[in-house]
Amino acid sequence: MPEPVVSVRDVELAFSGVKALQGVDFDVFDNELFAVIGPNGAGKTSIFNVLSGVYRPQKGSVEFAGIDIRGMRPHKIANLGMARTFQNIELFENLDVVDNLMLGRHAQLGYGWPSAVAWLGKAKRSEVRNRRRVEEIIDFLEIESYRQLPVGMLPYGIQKRIELGRALAMEPKLLLLDEPVAGMNGEETEDMARFILDVRDELHIPMILVEHDMGLVMDLADRVMAMDFGKPITTGTPQEVQAHPDVIRAYLGPVGDETIAELQEERA
Amino acid sequence: MTTLLRSAPSTKARTSTGVRGRPLLRTSYEQDLALANTPAKRRSMIGLIVASFVVPFLLTDDLLQVLTLGMISAVGAIGLNLVTGYAGQVSLGHAFFIGLGAYTGAVLGGDPDGSIVGYGLPIWVWLPAAGVVAAVAGLIVGPVAVRLRGLYLAIVTLGLVFLGDHVFREARSITGGPGVGRRGAQLEIFGIDFHAMEPIEGISRNQAQFLLALVFLIVFAILGRNIARSGVGRAFGAIRDRDVAAAVIGVDLTKYKIMAFAMSSFFAGVTGALYYAVIGVFEPGAFSLLLSIQYIAMVLIGGVATISGSIMGAMFIALLPRISQFIAAYIPGELLTVFQLEAILYGALIIVFLIFEPRGLYGIWLRIRNYWKGWPFSY
Repeated sequence: MPEPVVSVRDVELAFSGVKALQGVDFDVFDNELFAVIGPNGAGKTSIFNVLSGVYRPQKGSVEFAGIDIRGMRPHKIANLGMARTFQNIELFENLDVVDNLMLGRHAQLGYGWPSAVAWLGKAKRSEVRNRRRVEEIIDFLEIESYRQLPVGMLPYGIQKRIELGRALAMEPKLLLLDEPVAGMNGEETEDMARFILDVRDELHIPMILVEHDMGLVMDLADRVMAMDFGKPITTGTPQEVQAHPDVIRAYLGPVGDETIAELQEERA
Repeated sequence: MTTLLRSAPSTKARTSTGVRGRPLLRTSYEQDLALANTPAKRRSMIGLIVASFVVPFLLTDDLLQVLTLGMISAVGAIGLNLVTGYAGQVSLGHAFFIGLGAYTGAVLGGDPDGSIVGYGLPIWVWLPAAGVVAAVAGLIVGPVAVRLRGLYLAIVTLGLVFLGDHVFREARSITGGPGVGRRGAQLEIFGIDFHAMEPIEGISRNQAQFLLALVFLIVFAILGRNIARSGVGRAFGAIRDRDVAAAVIGVDLTKYKIMAFAMSSFFAGVTGALYYAVIGVFEPGAFSLLLSIQYIAMVLIGGVATISGSIMGAMFIALLPRISQFIAAYIPGELLTVFQLEAILYGALIIVFLIFEPRGLYGIWLRIRNYWKGWPFSY
């Protein structure tokens, strides 16, 4: 068994009585695209917020890169190599594309405020070196023509791409993608799918994907975890999860056994 | 592609006219990151600086003093813009930090033979010390910003002004108390007394003070610009736009919020010390809420999150009394005093700028620039 990149054990998260997550348990391995699916309010984004340190779970353990990160502050977790995108775009809208991506490299800058104030050789060299890396990402995501524009002005699909770029600029060991194609048209979805595959095949970054676009999840994911009401239902290959009776019930409501058998047959 | 940055990272091709006569073609990241990264910016910056050094020999003394104080205030405005404009932490407490700097400067650099405590230290000591004392106060206040934001932070920093006002009034042995006041620091560099009534080498007192303020402003404007274009300034902008996202990509919110307050207060401190050294005598009432509002007005009217905007805003506010005197001459009868008119103008200008030109004077400048860039076409 290879070492997992991230391993979540029996995590429970509650907001004064409301249990957002219960008994969440999974591992993500190197070079793997792990998807989390479930109806609205199932707790998918809560898992991301637990992983990136925005929420602190009451119970369980979260281990990332061999370190227990439960309750660690978000920027520390980020510096360990965890990057994420957000469901509703969280870009710095008044800054231009280059600055947004450069912020992804904030931890790698390696100079403090004294050299920043004086703009000594160290700060300048670091800026140039990191800018070069950022340009590689701009090239990778094909956003050259937007470089100097404030991101708030850019179209939605491009903003989603820039958010992926900001996460990639961190040179992460694990990438969390929160609904990367939500609200996109067919063409934009295919573009994003291509970038996600490129990230896996060229950059070899393990990913956790939360997505409602089932076609995309089933086509891209190596393994899928289905959730409902904060609890995992099942984890397995896309085909297994898709055919699982409880998953079908989670989406369709309390349907009879015949309907489930029918659906399973249809898929097979 | 806008700049062809990726083509040739050679530094040999850097000339003032650009590569192959194309002034906007940049071929290295160093060029792109430079302070004046277009020939037009370079030319106008040099032109402006040269013109500024000529100005004191063309204008009258009273106007010179207004401009001198405007340039010194500009450094304080840059400071406020760092914390409020760049980092998005609303601060009404700027007057407090300016006051701290003013009294630190006055105590360390004041006349040792005067009636109120003064150590007569040189400007190389009292000016940085004024900044450092204010910055330390900023460091102490900074953690509050970690817990609070928006209006709540504004109220806490407002409290700071009242606290400072009270302390400055009561500490008579240092401040002279209300209505009395004290002298500011002595202004002497390399043996040249900037308060001397007699012209030195043909340069009058006001001309000398103007040149001193100009150098002071240039130095601090460059420092401010460096902060803004570095990773520190980017982190400030990230915290302003989306603080949760900033933390998730690795920006330490606590550290940078405190840093923003400390840097801003340093700028405020040096401004306070130099401003009142030039003015001469000042009393505790100067550091009231009105002063904070004046600085907010400079930032809003000049342009939020721009260094050049801070300077434009400060000069504009400094000239406002002049402008209102000019307008008052056209208002018939005893309807308004000049001071009432000035107060009305303040309020009206802030409202007008917030509604019609949120980017401030800097935004107007951008519009003029872009108009002439495309002239005779509309864009």
